[in-house]
Amino acid sequence: MKNFKVLGPGCRNCLTAAKLIEEQAGKLGVAIQIEKVTDMAAILGYGVMSTPGVVLDGKVVHVGSVPAVAQVEQWLRH
Amino acid sequence: MLEIFGNLADTMIFSWMGIESDSALGQSLHFFVEDTTKIFFLLVVIIFIMGLFRTLLAPERVRGYIEGKSLGAGYLMAVILGAITPFCSCSSVPLFIGFLEGGIPVGVTMAFLITSPLVNEVAVVILGSIMGWKMATVYVVTGMSVGILGGILIDRFHLERWVEAYVWTIRMGAVAMGEVDTSLRGRIRYAWGEVRGIVGRIWLYVIGGIGVGSALHGYVPQELFVQYAAADNPFAVPAAVLMGLPLYSNATGVIPVAEALLAKGVPIGTVIAFMMSIVGISVPEFIMLRKVLKPQMLVFFGIYMAISFTVVGYLLNAIFV
Repeated sequence: MKNFKVLGPGCRNCLTAAKLIEEQAGKLGVAIQIEKVTDMAAILGYGVMSTPGVVLDGKVVHVGSVPAVAQVEQWLRH
Repeated sequence: MLEIFGNLADTMIFSWMGIESDSALGQSLHFFVEDTTKIFFLLVVIIFIMGLFRTLLAPERVRGYIEGKSLGAGYLMAVILGAITPFCSCSSVPLFIGFLEGGIPVGVTMAFLITSPLVNEVAVVILGSIMGWKMATVYVVTGMSVGILGGILIDRFHLERWVEAYVWTIRMGAVAMGEVDTSLRGRIRYAWGEVRGIVGRIWLYVIGGIGVGSALHGYVPQELFVQYAAADNPFAVPAAVLMGLPLYSNATGVIPVAEALLAKGVPIGTVIAFMMSIVGISVPEFIMLRKVLKPQMLVFFGIYMAISFTVVGYLLNAIFV
């Protein structure tokens, strides 16, 4: 099971990013666990300053924007 | 090259729709069509080009660029980078904490945050192509000066005591940039994503601004502005700033309004003070920054901005008579 974390203080882009990952996972039938991280200390702990950021299995894979659909698919397939 | 948008508006409104070119409706519609097509064309082109260079302009890089610089160089870098680095306003809080954690002084960090909404490369290019490069230069120089001076005051008065205490205890991990596809295809895909994201976020402000600008242009008589907003009315500048404070728009959205005001004979200083007051301060940003700044700092911040915009207005009105 893939573990995603979406880092962000709860802005619209952060919610959009989380929803996008959930939808794509549903579409591809990949089981995921997703968590929204809003705590600043935790976000910065990952070394992320521009949100939304995406963490996949403990590794920061994306920062600063809603990720592209193609990119989300790539995370889910590999 | 940009006349094409004026010509397009001529053809559409005056030839095809057959509306009189000197009627109020014709003037308004012409303004609307010309500005909408021109501004959105420029938005897409500029954001796309900037998107290609994103790896150089990411806010994470900014921290690295400023870290360890002398105070003077730090301020200058902070406002220049604040102007050219795009970031969603929801990132102001993590950026603020990240900068302080990197040892960047509060003043320099605040200079970055003040300048960022005030001056941005997209708005500057649009300002230059619509209202001339003199206007654009004046706007950039005054915007950056407001940022630098604000930062210096915060440093001088040791206002770091008005930063929430928990901020100083946060420790940041190694700066993460995510997986970046630096191939040409990857860059182009990212740049398109930026265009979609940013235009998606600001288009309503831009259309709103063009709507207000068109209405002013066609329907509000010049005499009204001459009477109330001329340079010899000492209350015009502070009134413009006070009117702008509760309003918020993106820097690009406010340009068509400024364009219409300037064409009606409102002096340049009054127009710039009004623009900055709309763009520079917004309630959502204050609510966000409240997470890291104590109320005293927000009050200082708001008052400083209002006073500095007023001073900018008077100064520019005196220089450009």
